[in-house]
Amino acid sequence: MSMVEIRNLRRTFDVSKPWLNRALERLPKQVLTAVSDVSFDIEAQTVYALVGESGSGKSTIGKILVGLLPPSSGTVRVEDIDLATEADAAVRAELRSNIQMIFQDPFASLNPRWRVRDIIVEPVRARGGDTDGLAEKLLEQVGLSALDAVKFPHQFSGGQRQRICVARALASEPRLIVCDEPTSALDVSVQAQVLNLMSDLKENFGLTYLFISHDLTVVRHMADRIGVLYLGQLVEEADPEALFNAPAHPYTQMLLDAAPALDRFGRDEDPPQGEIPDPINPPTGCPFNPRCALATDLCRIERPEMRSFGTGRVACHHAEQAQAT
Amino acid sequence: MTDTAGKTPAPATPSRLKEVWESDFVWSFRHSPVAIVALVVVLILVLSALFAPLIAPHNPFDPATLNLMNGFTPPGEPNAFTQEVFLLGTDDQGRDVFSTILYGLRISLFVGAAAVFLAMVLGVILGLVAAYLGGWVETIIMRVADVQLTFPAILVAMLIFGIAKGFTPPEYRNEMAIWVLIVAIALSDWVQFARVVRGAALVEKNREYVQAARMIGRSGPAIMMRHILPNILSPVLVIATISLALAIIAEATLSFLGVGAPPTQPSLGTLIRIGQGYLFSGEWWILFFPAVTLLALALSVNLLGDWLRDALNPKLR
Amino acid sequence: MEPVLSVRDLVVEIPTRHGVLRPVDHVSYDLAPGEILGVVGESGAGKSMTGNAVIGLLDRPAHIAGGEILLKGQRIDNLPRSRMRRIRGKEIGMVFQDPLTSLNPLLPIGDQLSETIETHLGVSHSQARRRALAALEEVGIPAAADRLDSYPHEFSGGMRQRVVIALALCAEPSLVIADEPTTALDVSVQAQIIALLKRLCRDHGTSVILVTHDMGVIAEAADRVAVMYAGQLAEIGPVQKVLTTPRHPYTDGLVGSMPANSHGQARLRQIPGTMPRLTAIPSGCAFNPRCPQAQDRCRHDPRPQIENGAACWFPLGEPA
Repeated sequence: MSMVEIRNLRRTFDVSKPWLNRALERLPKQVLTAVSDVSFDIEAQTVYALVGESGSGKSTIGKILVGLLPPSSGTVRVEDIDLATEADAAVRAELRSNIQMIFQDPFASLNPRWRVRDIIVEPVRARGGDTDGLAEKLLEQVGLSALDAVKFPHQFSGGQRQRICVARALASEPRLIVCDEPTSALDVSVQAQVLNLMSDLKENFGLTYLFISHDLTVVRHMADRIGVLYLGQLVEEADPEALFNAPAHPYTQMLLDAAPALDRFGRDEDPPQGEIPDPINPPTGCPFNPRCALATDLCRIERPEMRSFGTGRVACHHAEQAQAT
Repeated sequence: MTDTAGKTPAPATPSRLKEVWESDFVWSFRHSPVAIVALVVVLILVLSALFAPLIAPHNPFDPATLNLMNGFTPPGEPNAFTQEVFLLGTDDQGRDVFSTILYGLRISLFVGAAAVFLAMVLGVILGLVAAYLGGWVETIIMRVADVQLTFPAILVAMLIFGIAKGFTPPEYRNEMAIWVLIVAIALSDWVQFARVVRGAALVEKNREYVQAARMIGRSGPAIMMRHILPNILSPVLVIATISLALAIIAEATLSFLGVGAPPTQPSLGTLIRIGQGYLFSGEWWILFFPAVTLLALALSVNLLGDWLRDALNPKLR
Repeated sequence: MEPVLSVRDLVVEIPTRHGVLRPVDHVSYDLAPGEILGVVGESGAGKSMTGNAVIGLLDRPAHIAGGEILLKGQRIDNLPRSRMRRIRGKEIGMVFQDPLTSLNPLLPIGDQLSETIETHLGVSHSQARRRALAALEEVGIPAAADRLDSYPHEFSGGMRQRVVIALALCAEPSLVIADEPTTALDVSVQAQIIALLKRLCRDHGTSVILVTHDMGVIAEAADRVAVMYAGQLAEIGPVQKVLTTPRHPYTDGLVGSMPANSHGQARLRQIPGTMPRLTAIPSGCAFNPRCPQAQDRCRHDPRPQIENGAACWFPLGEPA
């Protein structure tokens, strides 16, 4: 059994104006579908990466997984427990402490008025656990000094703060950590330090990561399995080698083409055209059809089902054709 | 880890005191002459109010020490009948103006501080609740606040004062007057706190450290008190200081209008009301000295508040 | 050929109560006509500050404390503010990370463009209007004629940045300073904007200073690259040479720590430590505490000058 099983996950947000404006201007209710019918599994002690651009719903999935947002429909089961429907509060609390999260912005994710020690042990203290010397031990595990426990967050650089966030995530000895763009606010050389730290900790503690990122090079380095999201839908899932060497979905291909690369000096080919459509009024059929070179009438009418393809899965009517080009 | 990224050396702290002295906050105070003068004035006034019984040459509220013959003595001159000299003169009943100011200051400061404290507690709680719960709770709280803002604060205070007075039995009216005054001013002043706290809390609520606390499973009240509140205290502090000046003036206004502190416990406002009756008959000092004291107090507190706002604003640093 | 821009020993200082900080410390470079110079560095390296100094937009109390800036042979670092304002827009165009900072939210974009054209090129209103339309078409705004009267908020992020580029180029400047122009954009849109910037500058012969933290963007767009560290130039040279055979250990570490350069390796190469704060720049070579090759000379001698493109006593690829 997989550690995490996500089935037909769907999450919508009401983005309508206040009812008074709606009544006066005769506007309909507006609903944004951030996540639409997404299913995937995460195996224990692996890194599953979700990649996508803005509006792809990758952060929403992460927040649902840690319980910050309830799903609109569908199920999320972690170790066979569904946080949204589990009735037993003790089981829910136990599961919560098994899932932790590392946020994108290390400057916003630490309470500026708290000492580092209090920040780190909070997940344990919230459950009434023993916190003696815990912060000091964790600080050394993430490459900081035990003396840093009495300092405040503003005394640290961005990379050091992200280490503190990692220490906090580790405090309750979790098995699953959701990493939401953990290095996108960091400089390249510091990013390497934090990614290495995360890899080491994964080995040492047998952790499982859901790694959310827009950076393909980071994902390729970290992930065991990659899911590509576009406008709230999972369009392709594969192992890194398969995905990068032979992408099957035209969107994945476009993403790989567009990403700046170090070895394409003075590239002069035409970049991909078009922009991400408005998620409030997504295209019918396949969400990528307005930008896709292979799009046919079928793509404009019918949303492609996720199907097995090679070692992975893809949601495209013309994946065979796409992979051949 | 083999790298040294986090190994920040233990800082060589000379001493805790030195650290505070060198902090941005104290530094900005040391370099603001206005703030220093304002603080000195406030401190002098607060201390003299606190130690009024020790400083004041007379107890103006002890009828045994009063001599009606001393009435209307000009400042610094000997009385025509008793030859007694009063630094700031005396009023119609022969009370030493200097002493009445000291005792009046006590009432003014106490009412102002208590009213602001009450308004702050009320406003901070309601603002936090509105921000955290949202929905119809927020709508009700904030609409009440909006409606109240459309009335002048002094009018609201008078209204509350009048209603409360109606409910107090006549024999307690003088004793209760001070407390009614405090509640009336507080209820007219909580809106500012609530609005600022709600705005700041809405910003903090969406920051990732609050999400981190929610994810751990911390309850709503715990997040509000332990996470959000400490981060929005700076604007609250600034408003509290400026509100203090306004509350002192509001109290003086109410007392001047005769609906505030009773004549048995005169505040600066009561003294000014008493004094204005003699302004045009030549006894200017009965009005002038209490008025100058009120001005100095309100102005200094206000200037301190202005400085505090700038010092705590990271954008202006 | 005379360089479009010459920066000579530029020093920017910020006086604070903890002493004088130097976010830009003796930086020199030339920019040839039509050339794209990439300026890379991590946060706090002084790369944006250098660009802001050139356009005279330093936030007080930061100020130019030394050196000179020459635009087409004329000194512009000591001009009065009013003269400098005319040069910005006319001679130097600007593209910032957030397109909304460069656009007036209350004016239709057509008006903003034609106003800039009218002011700087001295043409009639109707002519300016025609040129504005041409500029929008050139940056690839679909149905440009219908969108002249649209307001900035009616455009998507990528389209907005296109409008900003049209605005930066409409007065035919000889130099464009683009400060993180694609950082806020999605990958696919970023590629479009970079391609657009490159094509336009080639067509108009405009030189560009492209400030970014993204090595990939530099590799694809720039002709030469300047690597900054702690306010100083660490290395400067043709982009391919610098990125494939770096001579400064910092450039080497920076390029090496990119995940794209370590396929199939369990660990990324990392530079230990972090960039020093401006209040605590190490003596000697600023990089010495993090440098794997550091020797006594790096710690004690005054900081090395740029020589053959690298400011290092013991550059890589040379026998020590």
